[in-house]
Amino acid sequence: MTKQAEPTETAARPGSIDAREIAGFAAVADQWWDASGPFRPLHRLNPVRLGYIRDALTGHFGLTSQDRPLEGLAIADIGCGGGLICEPLARLGATVTGIDAAPEALAVACAHAEGAGLAIEYLESTAEAVAASGRRFDAVMALEIVEHVADRTAFVADCCRLVKPGGSLVMSTLNRTPRAFALAIVGAEYLLRWVPRGSHRWRKFVRPAELARDLRLGGARTTDISGLAYDPLRDRWSRSRDVAVNYILHASLDGPEHS
Amino acid sequence: MTQRCDIAVVGGGMNGLTASLALARAGFSVTMIEREAPGATLTDGFDGRVSSIAWGSRLVLDGLGAWQAMGAHAQPILEIRVSDRDAPLFLHYDHRGIGDHPLGYILENRFIRRALDAAVASQPGITVLAPASVTAMDHDATGEDLTLDDGRVLRCSLVVACDGFRSGVREMAGIGHRTIAYGQTGIVCTVEHEHDHRGIAHERFLPAGPFAILPLPGNRSSLVWTEKDAIARRVLELEPEAFLEEIAWRLGDFLGDLRVAGPVWRYPLTLVLAHRVIAPRLVLVGDAAHRIHPIAGQGYNLGIRDIAVLAEVLGDSRRLGLDPGDAVALEDHARRRRIDTLSLVAVTDGLNRLFSNAIPPVALARDLGLGAVERIPPLKRLFMRHAMGTVGRLPWLMRPQG
Repeated sequence: MTKQAEPTETAARPGSIDAREIAGFAAVADQWWDASGPFRPLHRLNPVRLGYIRDALTGHFGLTSQDRPLEGLAIADIGCGGGLICEPLARLGATVTGIDAAPEALAVACAHAEGAGLAIEYLESTAEAVAASGRRFDAVMALEIVEHVADRTAFVADCCRLVKPGGSLVMSTLNRTPRAFALAIVGAEYLLRWVPRGSHRWRKFVRPAELARDLRLGGARTTDISGLAYDPLRDRWSRSRDVAVNYILHASLDGPEHS
Repeated sequence: MTQRCDIAVVGGGMNGLTASLALARAGFSVTMIEREAPGATLTDGFDGRVSSIAWGSRLVLDGLGAWQAMGAHAQPILEIRVSDRDAPLFLHYDHRGIGDHPLGYILENRFIRRALDAAVASQPGITVLAPASVTAMDHDATGEDLTLDDGRVLRCSLVVACDGFRSGVREMAGIGHRTIAYGQTGIVCTVEHEHDHRGIAHERFLPAGPFAILPLPGNRSSLVWTEKDAIARRVLELEPEAFLEEIAWRLGDFLGDLRVAGPVWRYPLTLVLAHRVIAPRLVLVGDAAHRIHPIAGQGYNLGIRDIAVLAEVLGDSRRLGLDPGDAVALEDHARRRRIDTLSLVAVTDGLNRLFSNAIPPVALARDLGLGAVERIPPLKRLFMRHAMGTVGRLPWLMRPQG
């Protein structure tokens, strides 16, 4: 991976790297696991995302174990950050590879996984580079990341290339609607100060149809799109049919059925 | 040497035993740390009190496999009569008003402890360290180290403090608390009586504080007599005949001849409320979080509800692969427990203050208040359900199975 001298959006190549975005996350890396710190929204969002991933993957692969439902699956988490998704997936039995371009976040992720006694592989790399190396996974996660990459279509294609035939992808992001602008940027960044200002740029938010089209170009068929709704009274996220703000989707690649 | 487990439960009393059972059944490896040597808390002389087990709590204990051994010693409560000295208006709860099961049960604590202890002994996934106590706590990003008095270190993901209203864990974690001394002492004894109590529990509000007559199996009742500290000291110095006389005139003659059976116990009454019930990798349960006035017999029931919610929240997050000490789950637990705890604190504290007051307008207002509740059936049913611990969003352990 080559670091970009000019951290501007247009200069950012290869596809999945946006140096300014990565610098922003690096600045707060040591706080990834502080549930009351800058990553609090991700901690709050985690249960609903994990429930969706677990249900989508057990359904897709026909898995039935109660205790370790993801046993036997090799999963890559692109843009894994401090490992907030990697660790739970490893506890559920998966063999997990976390991939992130920010070394600061990966250092935190490695130390945390070791303390928690979990064997997780962390790679300082990008979806594009790992795909080029020929590695393939049963399932690829790209959560809250497509709204941060420079070239979304190229990034989604790289994610699809990482998936074995018959495998699947889970992606979550923010819709480009006026309501998402109001809630995610004006609300979360400016009024509630949930996330640092400048975390999101509304132009980069993605409509579900656009993401489904990118996936289709990569050879993946979108099988489900669910909204993620926030209940401010219970400070809790749940699945919903409303995809106007946050949403998560599952897509699968054609290929032999997994056993 | 470092031992590892998912969850360390500190304290092996009624709440600690119940929490260990519930968390082990939710799939966690549990280590319970108890200060007393094994068996010491099971002797007849260790705890002379009785507890009320609300219907909802019975469902939980049933689900944990501990009820069957207790049931033989449990007296069903079929009616609760609340009265204010000789006031004509009183509140009357009858179990037939809400269904075909009793309002709750009265049990001697020694039988509760023994049944829980036996259930813990046969539950896989629980390690008991006793006698042992925690001398230091230290947490980092991935876990908590508990140093024990013999130098051992226990590494866990979450500490559940069930070490009572003087909780050492709470103090080590730097969580402050508020204590209100009521200036009252609870005098507890068992009486044998001539007539059948017919499963009726009586709560009398006397000027010095509430006086409860709680039915036990056979022709026996447990008396919980709340008295001002200074008077209580004198009462406890009385000769047995004089003590019996003091009881007899408060009790009335509806139970016939009385005899005090066994020792007389005294417990100072205080309200203890922790400033918060969670901290990183720590949750306070039962009296460590809140010790309420025993006026409504809700102390252990409140602990059981803490535990049922905690086991549900942690079990849910375990099925998502989350760490047992996950801060989001602990916040959810605290949020779900806040209203129940505060409303019980307010109700028990308020009732005690209201009824320990002989000023006529206050006395009239409370009599009218009780009368109004008596005359409005829906309101009364709500109060009854509250007494039974089955109000609001229930954890799954409290829902009838099947």
